Parts: sequence; structure tokens; C-alpha cells
Amino acid sequence: MSFDNAYESLIDHEDTHWAFGTGFSEALAGVDRDVPDVDRADLAAYCLMLGDDALVLSQRLAEWCSRAPELEEDVALANIALDLLGQARLLLTRAGEVEGAGRDEDALAYLRDERDFRNVHLAEIECGPFAGGDFATTMARLLVFSSWKVAQFSRLRTSADPVLAAVAAKGLKELAYHRDHAAQWVVRLGDGTEESHRRMRAGLERVWPFLDELFATHPVESRLPGVAVTSAELRSEVDDVLDAVLSAAGLPRPADVPAARVNGLAGRDGVHTEAFGYLLAEMQHLHRSLPGAKW
Amino acid sequence: MVAGTGTAFEVAASVRDPELPVLTLADLGVLRDVTEEDGRVSVTITPTYSGCPALDEMGADLRRSLLRAGFTSVDVRLSLSPAWTTDWITEDGRRKLREAGIAPPSRLGPRPAGPVPLNLTPPSRRVACPRCGSHRTSEVSRFGSTACKALRRCADCAEPFEHVKEI
Repeated sequence: MSFDNAYESLIDHEDTHWAFGTGFSEALAGVDRDVPDVDRADLAAYCLMLGDDALVLSQRLAEWCSRAPELEEDVALANIALDLLGQARLLLTRAGEVEGAGRDEDALAYLRDERDFRNVHLAEIECGPFAGGDFATTMARLLVFSSWKVAQFSRLRTSADPVLAAVAAKGLKELAYHRDHAAQWVVRLGDGTEESHRRMRAGLERVWPFLDELFATHPVESRLPGVAVTSAELRSEVDDVLDAVLSAAGLPRPADVPAARVNGLAGRDGVHTEAFGYLLAEMQHLHRSLPGAKW
Repeated sequence: MVAGTGTAFEVAASVRDPELPVLTLADLGVLRDVTEEDGRVSVTITPTYSGCPALDEMGADLRRSLLRAGFTSVDVRLSLSPAWTTDWITEDGRRKLREAGIAPPSRLGPRPAGPVPLNLTPPSRRVACPRCGSHRTSEVSRFGSTACKALRRCADCAEPFEHVKEI
């Protein structure tokens, strides 16, 4: 084979051969799966929280496919969504395995109802391309989300759960790249034209009320010392990163006015925003209509 | 060893990456372990990115190649740890990428354990154009045709090219 064209072997291969998998295999096949000596229900719940964060934001970012302001950004958002989907598959597989009730990643992603999802509201709110935001709002959300996840995953690298530690070590590099991408856009838009500055500022104000939930330590986290990261300990590191970006962008930090909770409950408790039901309907419709559908 | 064209390791190492077919899995550094006993082979690979869609194809290609080489059963296992970085791409792999018009990643070396530093400016790392060797190149897009590549352009030969970005 000559190497004039890097993709040559894809087309002259003797077998049916395509670059994109058609039948995904089990996400954690062959991974060290020892379960640490903790309450299994708590560990499963924690993996579900992290898996749902990644899955739901991945779905939101995928909504930009073919709608981004430029082709390169379309590809960028799809790639970021793909990284998050990969993390979600590993985390949901782990959640199902630790739970021990026979649910796999597909059952958890497609067959749970709204109240059973444990993602934070920041991941699910509409930030564009449809009502609820625009590209600037999407970058504001991605900056906050990935800054928070970088802080969380860097600590999870030493988790006593070998799967969480491995997923975190792998995902951290991806999240740091997403964070840099979002941060560079926030600086570019904040420090750009009057219009881009105005929209970037509006985007930050849209997502800021959802910061508070990111730093609320959940009882499940407190019951898993050495395995989970308590959310409250992430605040100062994330604040420092956000302040550095906002300062470079010439944008003021929005006021900390937390979004209202329902009886003190939020996403981690299965209480979601109105937009979430629509997201799930789109994400789950095909699998529920045609169970096991593949293409 | 069974009647075949090579040892299990040689067969597994020569399987090509579905998305960067100029590289073998050994060049890419994703092949972690190959063991064989009585014709039964166990191969361990590691993903490049968490969501890399080529992973299943790698597994299928490994299975197909090893069975064709005469081994009786193939078990492909996934190892997440230690996490793959572009530093795992071999020197041979870097040369093959360059020859195919794809700029190889720089070596980053061991990463510090503390907080990951924020990067507020586009990377200024010097990436040589794989066609003319010029260092006057700039990033066009941080994400390319696959998760592992960025798009760049050369100011001297005016050609766009792909760059396997450092992670």
C-alpha cells in the first residue's frame, strides 16, 4: 500500500470496513472492576450523577450539529459532545454494574424517566441553538461546566474506585481541552465588538444562577470518603479559573443569585427544569419506539 | 504458535488504526498487551479518547486478523489505565504520519500532578508543515476530522494540513 492518501486503506480493504463503529461493544469490557468496600447503592448513585452530567450535556451540544456559526465550530462542538458521550458510557456502565440490577448503559440512558436522572441543571438548560441562548451562551455554559469538571476529575484521579479513577484520568485531558476552547471563545467574544461583548455578557448572566448547585455537597458524596469528591471543595479552584477568564475577556462577574429550588431539591435529587422533558423525549424516542435499534 | 504468518504479537501489532490507517496499532501506542496460550489470544488495547468511535473497529480488526492468522479464539480487552497520551505514538509512527502529510504531535513528557493550568491563548507551539517543513503555520480549527486532530495551514506552501494534537 502506498501512502499518497492517508485514507486509502479504508476503501480498498477486502473486508467490510468502515471507520465508524456500527455495533458498539460493552463500554467496560476487560477493565479492572473491583468494587471498593463502600455502600454499593451510594457508589451506583454517584456514578449515575457523573454519568448523567456528561450524557445530558453531550445531548445538548449535539443539538448544534449543522447549526454552529462556522463549519469548524460545528465540528468542534460535535467532537466535544463525543468526548462527553464516551465518558458517559463508561460512567453509566459502571453505575449499572455496581447497582447489580442488570441495567446496562443503554437501559440507563434510554429507559429512565425524568425523575430518575441525577444531572445538575447546568447540563440540561437550553443555551442555544434554540430558544434560551445562542453561541455565546453555549460557550458560557461550556466554560463553567468544564472548569467545574476539571476540578472534580483532577481529584477523582485518586479515587478508591479504580474505574472512577481511570475514567477521571482519561477524561481530565479531554475536559481541560474543552475548557480552553470555551475560555478562548469567551475572551474573543467578550473582548470583541460591542455586540459580541453584549451577547457574551448576557450568556454568562443566563448560566450564572446554576453555579450554586455545582458546589452543593450531596449526602451521597459525603457518604463516600476516598471514593467521591465533595462538591463544596471545588468552589475556590473553579472561581479562580472563571475570574481569570472573565478578567482577560473584560467581562464583569455576574451576581451570585442562585436559581430557585423546589422544596430545596434540584437536579441531583431528580428534580429538573421544564426544558429537560423535551430533551429526554428527543434523546429516548427512537430507542423506546424501536427497542435495540442500531444503524 | 499455530500455523500462521507470525506470532500473535506480530499479527496484532500490524493491525492498522481505522482512522489513521498509515499507523499500526503498535505505532499508535494503543496496544498494551498480547498473550497467547494454545492458540487462544488475549489482546489488551487502550482508547485514545473516551468517546473514540474507532475503538470497536480496532477490536473487530484485531479479532479478524488473528483468526485469519490461525489462532482459535481472540479476546480483546480494554484498559483505561494508564491513560493514553500522544507521547505513546512511536518514533516510527511519527515518521509515517509526516510522510502521509499529517503533522505528528510534540512530545509533552510527564504531566504535573496538580491543577491543570488554564490556557487562554491559542497554542503557539511550533508545528512544522509536513509538506514543506516551514514553521510558519497557524491553527485553523482546534478540532478536525477526528477527535484527535486539529486543522492547520502553512503560510509558505499555502497548504492546509492535519495535526495530531497533543493530549
